[in-house]
Amino acid sequence: MRRILSMLLENEPGALSRVVGLFSQRGYNIETLNVAATDDPTLSRLTLTTKGDDLHIEQVTKQLNKLVDVVKVVDLTEGAHVERDLMLIKVRATGAARDEIKRTTDIFRGQIVDVGPNVFTIQLVGTSDKLDAFVAAMVDVDILEVVRSGVAGISRGEKVLSL
Amino acid sequence: MELLSGGEMIARALEDEGVEYVFGYPGGAVLHIYDALFKDCKVPHILVRHEQAATHAADAYARATGKPGVVLVTSGPGATNAITGIATAYMDSIPMVVLSGQVQSHLIGEDAFQETDMVGISRPIVKHSFMVKRAEDIPGIIKKAFHIAATGRPGPVVIDIPKDVTRPDEKFEYSYPESVKLRSYSPAQRGHNGQIKKATRMLLGAKRPVIYSGGGVILGEASDLLTRLAHELNYPVTNTLMGLGAFPGSDRQFLGMLGMHGFYEANMAMHHADVILAVGARFDDRVTNTVSKFCPSAKIIHIDIDPTSISKTVQADIPIVGPVHSVLTEMLAQIGQMRAKDADLPDTAALERWWQQIDEWRAAHGLFTGRRYRESEQIMPQQVIESLYRATNGNAYVTSDVGQHQMFAAQYYRFDKPRRWINSGGLGTMGFGLPAAIGVKLAFPDADVACVTGEGSIQMNIQELSTATHYKTPVKIINLRNNYLGMVKQWQDMQYEGRYSEVTYADSLPDFVKLMEAYGHVGIQVTRLEDLDAAMEETFALKDRTVFLDVLIDNMEHVYPMHIAPNGSMKDMWLSKNERT
Ligand SMILES: Cc1ncc(C[n+]2csc(CCOP(=O)(O)OP(=O)(O)O)c2C)c(N)n1
Repeated sequence: MRRILSMLLENEPGALSRVVGLFSQRGYNIETLNVAATDDPTLSRLTLTTKGDDLHIEQVTKQLNKLVDVVKVVDLTEGAHVERDLMLIKVRATGAARDEIKRTTDIFRGQIVDVGPNVFTIQLVGTSDKLDAFVAAMVDVDILEVVRSGVAGISRGEKVLSL
Repeated sequence: MELLSGGEMIARALEDEGVEYVFGYPGGAVLHIYDALFKDCKVPHILVRHEQAATHAADAYARATGKPGVVLVTSGPGATNAITGIATAYMDSIPMVVLSGQVQSHLIGEDAFQETDMVGISRPIVKHSFMVKRAEDIPGIIKKAFHIAATGRPGPVVIDIPKDVTRPDEKFEYSYPESVKLRSYSPAQRGHNGQIKKATRMLLGAKRPVIYSGGGVILGEASDLLTRLAHELNYPVTNTLMGLGAFPGSDRQFLGMLGMHGFYEANMAMHHADVILAVGARFDDRVTNTVSKFCPSAKIIHIDIDPTSISKTVQADIPIVGPVHSVLTEMLAQIGQMRAKDADLPDTAALERWWQQIDEWRAAHGLFTGRRYRESEQIMPQQVIESLYRATNGNAYVTSDVGQHQMFAAQYYRFDKPRRWINSGGLGTMGFGLPAAIGVKLAFPDADVACVTGEGSIQMNIQELSTATHYKTPVKIINLRNNYLGMVKQWQDMQYEGRYSEVTYADSLPDFVKLMEAYGHVGIQVTRLEDLDAAMEETFALKDRTVFLDVLIDNMEHVYPMHIAPNGSMKDMWLSKNERT
């Protein structure tokens, strides 16, 4: 099963490599990885998606918690949550295809954020599935480049991941 | 407040931390630190002959005393030479603090002379690591490092120190912190009360119980409690390779070591148990044999300080995360209360049947019922360990290397006390034994310290004979000389039809007696059984000399029992070359 593990990490040099290193060292897989600063300058927030059964995820979570730089870990998929992935996709857009691409982008509630005589850069935000669906919808289009942020997530309601 | 340079702060912090020895080797990046040690430091430095040996000596010091071992090495090759020893300590959860020099901060990343990314290289084999950015941070970082190394599940901590932060001309206010607080590090202080109650009930309801205890009981200073618990209930106990000595080896309730080369009765009892109390052990693959066939009818209670050890390979029915000492204390109290209410607990009739069964196993194939090894013209390796046991009254600190000799020592030297058996269990590092013996001897100068080794392993750190001369650490090296990389040869005998690929060097071995003399030590060679005990006595009678007892042994012997793999269970064992369960 797909899981979203989100954690608060000491904003120390090497902290990220400890998390990533743990995954490769123990043969766990990472599908997406997102990490950035928070409102607290001493902490970063790292969110990753991985796959595995309950036992596996329990072991991964315990191993993460054991890292001295990891302050707290949650499995967002255990409860209601909001998850977002951001994609920037650059496609070849010429002639009649320009309208077609624009229409599809609108349907997916994306935005064209950069326009050139022959290319569009489209921004799309949503769940990973939605982004995958958009890429799939671009079958007849020449995709030049895809960048995704990886999943970032947060629990719904009052539940917070904080110190 | 006193003003000190970074280098001086390191020297002072080691004093303030109460460090007894620093094991190390100098080099460019740590020259300021060495100068500070030279000028004003009460902590003696032990100059080894190879950085790997510094880590093993510090590690063994920690195993024998319970206090963190301390290592100081230079950058680049000094640091990489320390890696094997750090990994050895990591695998066996040994508290250790390694100070490694680093090139100057402004050169980091430029492939400077003797630069290596020590924090990166050591990352998977440390409990934690620090890179010092500013001299002012040194006292705090050292305090944290010792705290992390020694608490919870212990382990090695690396502190990487760029040369410029130790420079003598920049001074800072020094004060050593009294305590540490780390928001992201708080090992469990006690086990969950409800779980302990549940576990105690299950334990008292057992009909075929086994207590399976590991290195965690020794690290957690809980040997007395474990022994009390086992005696109170009259339950059988088996120890892992790392746990030997946690329960007295000569006790009637002791089934011997379990696992790949475990005792027949220990492995059989595990396989047939209905309740297993696992304490400070981690269901390692050298214990369990095929996990899916492991102890089919057992309910498992698992106590460990490290939650990742629980249900990692074998699913625990009742997990208890906590320090073994506090959990066992609580459990003993619970046992007292439950038995006060119900005097029939545990089921003594069932227990009696269980002991009968165990005694039958023991009588049939126990290593100490009758003679379990081959008749031979030559000395058998087991006889050497038995002789060592007699000569030291079972009281020695025994370090070992890795191979057949290690297993014979584990099987035949009945350790009655914790912290006496010092070996590399998790990583299985050949070359551990001699530097380890030196580390232990420094900690306990009056104790008998023996290093049981093979002529393969001893040559991996033989240069430390010079360290033994230097510091007058009279250790006794007992060489089980079979002229083969014996354990590898055993596997080649059993799985490769005796094709001895690269396992002998018989014609190129040094004359160990002469070699010892060259270092100023004593070498004694024994070839006949009738001379063995006398030579062993003499070895230990030479109190202030390092002695190498070179015992020529039967070179075809295998270590038995041995688990049958792949696909075997705990009870599937070779008992001799042609006898199996
Ligand atoms: C550093 C290292 N290299 C290789 C091995 C693999 N290995 C395990 S036992 C063994 C043979 C050890 O030979 P010796 O020290 O003579 O002991 P014996 O088995 O003969 O008692 C080897 C090569 C190891 N454990 N450690």
